Amino acid sequence: MTLLLDLFTIVAVTAGAFFFLAGTVGLLRFPDAFTRLHALTKADNLGLGLVILGLLPRVDSAFTGLKLICVWLFVLLSGSVASQLIARAERRRETRT
Amino acid sequence: MIAGLDLGPVVLILALGVWTILARDTFAAAVGFIAYGLLLTLAWVRLHGVDVALTEAAIGGGLTGALLIGAATRLRPTEATARAETPGAFTRVLAALVAALVSAALMICVLALPDPAPTLAPEVAANIAVTEVGNPITAVLLAFRAMDTLLEAIVLLFALIGVWSLAPDRVWGGRPGPRQYADPNGILAYVARVLPPIGIVVGMYIFWVGADHPGGKFQGATIIAAMWLLTIMAGLTDAPPISRTWLRVGLVAGPLVFIAIGFAGAVTAGAFLAYPVGYAKPLIIAIELALMPSLALVLALMLAGAPQRTAS
Repeated sequence: MTLLLDLFTIVAVTAGAFFFLAGTVGLLRFPDAFTRLHALTKADNLGLGLVILGLLPRVDSAFTGLKLICVWLFVLLSGSVASQLIARAERRRETRT
Repeated sequence: MIAGLDLGPVVLILALGVWTILARDTFAAAVGFIAYGLLLTLAWVRLHGVDVALTEAAIGGGLTGALLIGAATRLRPTEATARAETPGAFTRVLAALVAALVSAALMICVLALPDPAPTLAPEVAANIAVTEVGNPITAVLLAFRAMDTLLEAIVLLFALIGVWSLAPDRVWGGRPGPRQYADPNGILAYVARVLPPIGIVVGMYIFWVGADHPGGKFQGATIIAAMWLLTIMAGLTDAPPISRTWLRVGLVAGPLVFIAIGFAGAVTAGAFLAYPVGYAKPLIIAIELALMPSLALVLALMLAGAPQRTAS
C-alpha cells in the first residue's frame, strides 16, 4: 500500500514538474503576450495541481491537506485574475499603436 | 543529493542578485528584486527560519517590491534622459573603488566572525517559560528585545510622515494616489469582492498563531493592508484623506499603547518595558492587538503614497 502511494506521489509530482517545464519553455519561446499567458496558466493550473495531488497522500492531518488544496485554489484565482488583467492591458496597448 | 538541491537556489539567488544590479531598465531591476525576494524566502525556509521567511515574503518581496515598481513607473518618463547622462571617468573609478572597499570590508568581517558564533539562544530557551509565549521569535521581539520592536513601529510612522511630506501644499490633507475607476463588473472588482474576507481571516490567523508558531503582527498586517489596497485599486472604496482624525488616531494608537505599557512596567515591574510576573502573555497580546491595526494602516498608506488630490 505504501509502495503504491509512493509511486502515486512520484508520478504525480513528476507530471506536475513536466507541466512547469513546458510552461516555462512556452513562456520563453512563444511569440506574443497572449500565447505566453496561455503557456503560463498551464504551469499554474495543471503543474501545481498535480504537485499538490501528489503531496496529498503524504500529509499527516486532514487540516494540512485542506491547506494545500486552498493554496492551489488561491493560485488558480490569482493566476486567472492576473492573466486577465495582463491580457486586457496588452490588448489596449495593441489598439493604441 | 540534498546538497545538490540546495546548490540550485544558491546559484539562482547569486545570479539574480547580479542581474538585478546590472539591469539597465529600472522596471526590470524592480521585477528582478521581487523574484530575488521570493528565492530568499525559499532559502530562509530551508534554514528553518520560517518567521524570517514569512517576513521576507510579505515585506521584503511583496511590499518593497510594490513600492519599487511604483517608483519605477513614476521614473519612466525621465529614464531615457537619466540614462543618457554618463558620469565621467573619475566618478566611475571612485564609485568602483568605494564599492570594492565596502565589499572587502564586509568579506573580512564575515571571515573574522568567531566560530561557533556567539549565541543567546540557550538563554532564550531557558527563560521563555516566563513569558508564557510558545514561539521564541515572538518572545524575543516582544519580551526580551521589546525596545527594538517599539522603535521599529515608530520608525514606520516616521517613514509615512516622510512620504506625506512630499505632498504639494494645495493638496495637503487630501487623498493619496489617483481615484481608481475599474469596471464594476470586471475581473478586478470581482476579485476585490471575493478575496478580502478570506484575506482578513488569513491575516488574523497569521497574527494569532504568532504566539506559538511562525507568524505575527507584521505579516498579518501586511496581508490586511494588501486587502485594503486591493479594494482601493478596484475602485470599490476610495483612499481616505490623510487629514481624517480617525486615521491619525489609528496610526499612533499602536505605538502609544506600547509606550504606555512600557511606562506601566517601569512602575509595576521596575524597568521600562518590563512585564510584571504572571501578566507577560496578556500584556504581549494587548500590545500586538494594538499594534496590528496601526501597522496595517501605516503599510497601506505608505504604498498609497503622498496625497495627490483634495479631499472632496
